[in-house]
Amino acid sequence: MTQYLLSVYDRPGDRERPLETMQPLFEAVDRFNAKLQAEGHWVFAGGLADQSTATVVEAKGGDVVVTDGPFLETKEYLGGFWIIEAADLDVALGLAKEGAIACTNPVEVRPFMAEDELPVE
Amino acid sequence: MVASLARRFGDLDIAEEAAGDAFLAAAERWPIDGQPANPGGWLMTTATRRAIDRLRRENVRDQRHRAAAMITHQPDPVGIVEDDQLRLIFTCCHPALAPEARTALTLRLVAGLTVPEIARAFLIPETTLAQRITRAKSKIRAAAIPLRVPEREDLANRLADVLAVIYLIFNEGYLPGEPGHADLAAEGVRLARLMRGLMPTDGEVAGLLALMLLTESRRGSRYGTSGELVTLADQGRGGWDHALIAEGHALVRERLASGLSPGVYQLQAAINAVHTDAGDARDTDWSQVVALYDQLYALQPTPVVALNRAVAIAEMDGPEVALAIVEPLDLVGYHSWHVTRADLLRRLGRSREARAAYARAIELAVNPGEIAYLTRRLGELVG
Repeated sequence: MTQYLLSVYDRPGDRERPLETMQPLFEAVDRFNAKLQAEGHWVFAGGLADQSTATVVEAKGGDVVVTDGPFLETKEYLGGFWIIEAADLDVALGLAKEGAIACTNPVEVRPFMAEDELPVE
Repeated sequence: MVASLARRFGDLDIAEEAAGDAFLAAAERWPIDGQPANPGGWLMTTATRRAIDRLRRENVRDQRHRAAAMITHQPDPVGIVEDDQLRLIFTCCHPALAPEARTALTLRLVAGLTVPEIARAFLIPETTLAQRITRAKSKIRAAAIPLRVPEREDLANRLADVLAVIYLIFNEGYLPGEPGHADLAAEGVRLARLMRGLMPTDGEVAGLLALMLLTESRRGSRYGTSGELVTLADQGRGGWDHALIAEGHALVRERLASGLSPGVYQLQAAINAVHTDAGDARDTDWSQVVALYDQLYALQPTPVVALNRAVAIAEMDGPEVALAIVEPLDLVGYHSWHVTRADLLRRLGRSREARAAYARAIELAVNPGEIAYLTRRLGELVG
């Protein structure tokens, strides 16, 4: 089994959609989450608050600097994610397709680094 | 063998290395013990043992269970695609891999071509290609892209890449004069026939098979007794394989009768059908060839298609018109561009420029038969 991060990317304007358009999406995502749990793929998932709520902490020289705002100023940003377990990429892609249909946003599928693939000197 | 090991062990590197180990073992053992009764079986058994040894050594940590499972499990059911090599091609053409990595990986793993050979087929530097293959292999491993039986829907989705790969395999066998590579042309034809069995109604599958058969039909006439290349115009048509031509023509006719608009392989097959239809090179219906190239260029507007189209235009409208098309093409690293330019300049009596173009073509050519032909042409230039 391989663990995958399914990142959901929000696009400009996504967060300003009225609740009545969002409600069916929430329900679809709930159904998808229930399926992940029932079929043993579920590890963890969560939606993130707006990117304006982000704060960056960075070690520079001997100092640690705290600044307001996201680390990357981009139009698309990480809006939420699933962490799933799947037998292989085809299974993960199949689930990602369902997730993308449920949340109506692009989903990036990326495997976690396996222990034996950590760079060795 | 690599394809079959990859299916069994689900790991491309292990399959490749185990096959290499087995051949090495054969080279060491056979001269001493004599060749076994069943050399293929011996190689396969040895390679399987080596692969298991390798897995045991490599999976000392958390992968131990996975390795044990692979060793004891029955091989996967073969599914729709029964041929191991064809199946490995479909795996290498997984949509999660970059398009340029798909063909490179297949040529390396299925056709066993070396990195320099593939780089030459793609007209790209070897380092770029080596990186592409390494990146693709590590993505297969890290993202767990499965080496499994493709589903019916995968067949359609991956078809264009699979056909491109089969054609490249065929061409690698057909074009350069490297020893041992003639088998690749036969392998290309075999894979195309398998595809035809798998998807009998697909026009491009039929087109690719026809294109290969018609190209292959001329193999025996491509080199003279001295080993020098003989161009299409000078080939003795009696030496062509008329059984292959008949089969190719039948496929082209089948596609014409379908009334569906042809794709790139069907158009190239049709062009070859026109050539093989002419009893003599002078009887070639060049207007038909140019019309087909026009259609091909509309679908695939690449400089290489433009170059081939120009060769046909030279026959119909003369070398000057053709040269005007050829000159601006961005193909300075492509030896056929220099060959075509050289020939057109020669026909226009521009000997000094023709000489330089032949010299450059000879530098870039790799096939000894072609080098001999170009050298003779260069020597025949007057003025």
